[in-house]
Amino acid sequence: MANDTNNFKRWNRRDILKALGGIPFVGAVWYSGASLAGSAIREKQFLLETLNIKASPPPASGPMSGKPLRIGIIGFGIRGEQLCRALGFASTGWLKDMSDNLAKNPKDTRLTDFKAQENLNVKLAAICDVFDQRAENALKSFNSGDNKIKRFRTHTELINSGEVDAVIIATPDHWHAPISIEALNAGIHVYVEKPMTHNIAETYLLRDTVLKNPKTVFAVGHQHRQTQSFLTAQDVISKNILGHVSLVQTNTNRNDDNGAWQYDIAESASPKTIDWDLFLGNAPREPFNLEHFFRWRKWWAYGSGLSGDLMTHDYDRINCILKMGIPKTVTASGGIYTHRDGRNVPDVMHVNMEFPDFSTGGSQVAGKEKGMTFVYSATLGNQFDRGTVLMGHDGSMDLGNRITVYADPRSTKYAELIKEQRIEAGVPIYQYDPAVNGTDAVTSATAKYFANKGLLWTYRDGKRVDSTFLHLREWLSCIRNGGTPSCSIKEGFEEAISAHMGGLAYKLGRRIEWDAVEQKIIAQPGEDLDAVLLSNT
Amino acid sequence: MNTPKLTAVQGYALVLLRILIGWHFLYEGIIKAYNPSWTSKGYLLSASILKPFFAWLAGDSMISAIDYLNIIGLVAVGISLLIGIKVRWGCIAGMLLLLMYYLAHPPFPGLPQGPAEGSYWVVNKNLIEMAALFVIYLFPLTTIFGLENLFARKKANTTIN
Repeated sequence: MANDTNNFKRWNRRDILKALGGIPFVGAVWYSGASLAGSAIREKQFLLETLNIKASPPPASGPMSGKPLRIGIIGFGIRGEQLCRALGFASTGWLKDMSDNLAKNPKDTRLTDFKAQENLNVKLAAICDVFDQRAENALKSFNSGDNKIKRFRTHTELINSGEVDAVIIATPDHWHAPISIEALNAGIHVYVEKPMTHNIAETYLLRDTVLKNPKTVFAVGHQHRQTQSFLTAQDVISKNILGHVSLVQTNTNRNDDNGAWQYDIAESASPKTIDWDLFLGNAPREPFNLEHFFRWRKWWAYGSGLSGDLMTHDYDRINCILKMGIPKTVTASGGIYTHRDGRNVPDVMHVNMEFPDFSTGGSQVAGKEKGMTFVYSATLGNQFDRGTVLMGHDGSMDLGNRITVYADPRSTKYAELIKEQRIEAGVPIYQYDPAVNGTDAVTSATAKYFANKGLLWTYRDGKRVDSTFLHLREWLSCIRNGGTPSCSIKEGFEEAISAHMGGLAYKLGRRIEWDAVEQKIIAQPGEDLDAVLLSNT
Repeated sequence: MNTPKLTAVQGYALVLLRILIGWHFLYEGIIKAYNPSWTSKGYLLSASILKPFFAWLAGDSMISAIDYLNIIGLVAVGISLLIGIKVRWGCIAGMLLLLMYYLAHPPFPGLPQGPAEGSYWVVNKNLIEMAALFVIYLFPLTTIFGLENLFARKKANTTIN
C-alpha cells in the first residue's frame, strides 16, 4: 500500500500524459466513426421510408401433387429440348456433354443444378417432330422404366390420341396458333412459345378459342414474367417514384452467328428424314431446303424477325410492369446490315410504339404530362449492353434481374432533397437485388462493381433456378390447382398484335395504327395486312 | 525491453507512425461495426488468386464469423497501437489482416485490379502498411507513449523496492 502511494507520488503530469495519451485518440476515432456510420444508416433509412417500395418476389405456384400430368412435346429442336429439361427430362446427348464439361471444369454447375431441380410430377408421354433424328432422340432419351414415351407423326394424331393431358408447342412460329387452336378445341392444355401467333387473323381466332374453352389452361412462354424483381418494379411504378414516364428504352444486342439464328444443319437431314410438307404447313410452297428448315427464323414465312422473335420479350416485360397494352401507333426502320446471307428478316431494327394516352402518374401540374414512347432498338452485329431503362420526370429505373432507381437531377418531386444534398445525382436512391435478399439505398461504387460482376448472386434454397422452370411450373400449377397463368391470352394477344404492328411498320415503311374501339389494326382500302406480314419481301 | 538508442525526434516520429496506423485500423473497424449491412463477402468472392480458400471463407457457414473476426481484429489492433498496449501482438495481428487483404487482391500484372484510387504494381498500400507495422513491431516505443509505460514503471519500482 505504501509502495503504491509512493508510485503515484513519483508520477508527474508528463508521465500520465505519456501513459494515457492514446485514450482520447481512441475516443475521438470511435465517436467519429460511430456517428458517421449512424448518420449514413439514418439517411438510408430515411430514403427507404420516403420511397416506401415494397420489395417482394412473385408468389410461389401451388403444389405439384396428384396424378402425374401426361405431357406431349410438339417440336423437339433447341427450345423444345430446353423446355423438356425444365420439366426434368434431359436428353442423353445433353447429359453426356454436361458430364464431360463437369469433368473438365468442376465449377460448371449445370448438371448439378439440373439434378437438384424439383420434380414436377409429369410424364413425357408423347413426342411429335417432323425430323426423325429429333423425334428418335426424344424416344431414346426419355423411354425409361417409369416413363413411356410414344412418337406421333403429326400433332393432330398426338392431340387426339387420348394419351396426353397437355402439350408444349415449340415449333416454328407459323405453327404456334394452328396447333394451339387444335389442342384447345380437343380440351388439351397448351403452353406455346412466343410469339403467340404468326399473323393477325389467327391472333383473333386463338383468342376466341381460348375464351370458348375456359377449362383448358393456356400459357404463352414469356418466362420473364417469373423474374423476381418484377413485382418490386410494379410497386416502384404504382408509388409514382419515377413520376411521369415518357420514354422506355429496350434493346437486343447480339454479335454471334447463333444469336443471328445461323444454327447448325444436321448431317442426317434429307427429304427422307424430314416431313417437309408438314413443316411448311400453311407457309408458301417451297422446294425442300435445309437452310429454311434449320434456320427458319431468318424468313418471314416461318419466323417473325426481330419484332416477333426478340422484341416480344422486351415488350412483354414492360407490359408486365406498366400494363400499357397495345400501342396507338407504331413506326419502324432497319435493314439487313450484319448478316447478308439470303435472309429476308432484318438484323438491325428499331420499333417506336406510341402510347399518347398512357401515363404512369406525375408530380407536376395536372395536364402537363401525358403519353409515352416505347423504343425497341436491336442489332445482331454488336453486343454492347444498353440496358432496359424506364425514364420518368422524377427518376429513371434500370431494369434487369436487379432494379436500380436514380433520381433525376431536375426532378420536381425530389427537388428539396437534392437541394439539401440528401440525394445525389448519379447515385442510386434505391437498389433491389433479389440475389442478396434485401434492399439497399445509396450504394457505393465498390458495391456496384461487385454487383455488376454478378458476384453477389445467390440461389433460391441454395439452388440456381431457371425462369423457364418457374414459368412451366406456374402453368402446371394452374392446371392442377386452378388459376390463370401470368402470361395467358390477354397478355399474349397484346404481345402478338404489338409485334405484328412492328413487322407491318417495317415492311410498309409507314405508321401503323390500332383502332382500340374496333379492336383492329387499320389497313388502307384494299390492303391485306396478313399478306404483307407473311410475304417474303 | 531493449529500447534502442534513438534520438527524441526519431522516437516521436515512430510513435506518430504507430498512432496513424492505429487510427486507420480503429476507424475501419468502427465504420464496419456500426454498419449492419456490411459484409466482406463480395471482397472475398472476387479474390483474384487462392480463390477456393477465399470462397471457403465467404461461404454461408463461415462468413458471419469471418466478418465478426475482421471487425474485432481491426478494432483490437487499432486500440493496441493507439493506447500502446500489447503493441507487438497488435502488429502481428495487423500484419496478418493486411496479408489477407493483400492476397485477396494482389496488384500482380495480369490480374484484375478492381476499384482502386491509384495505380499499383506488386506494391500497394496494404503492403506498405504491412511493412510499417513491421517497423512498429521492432520499435513499439510504449515507454515513450503508451499504457504499458505504467506497468513498466510499476514493475521497475517493484524491483527497486
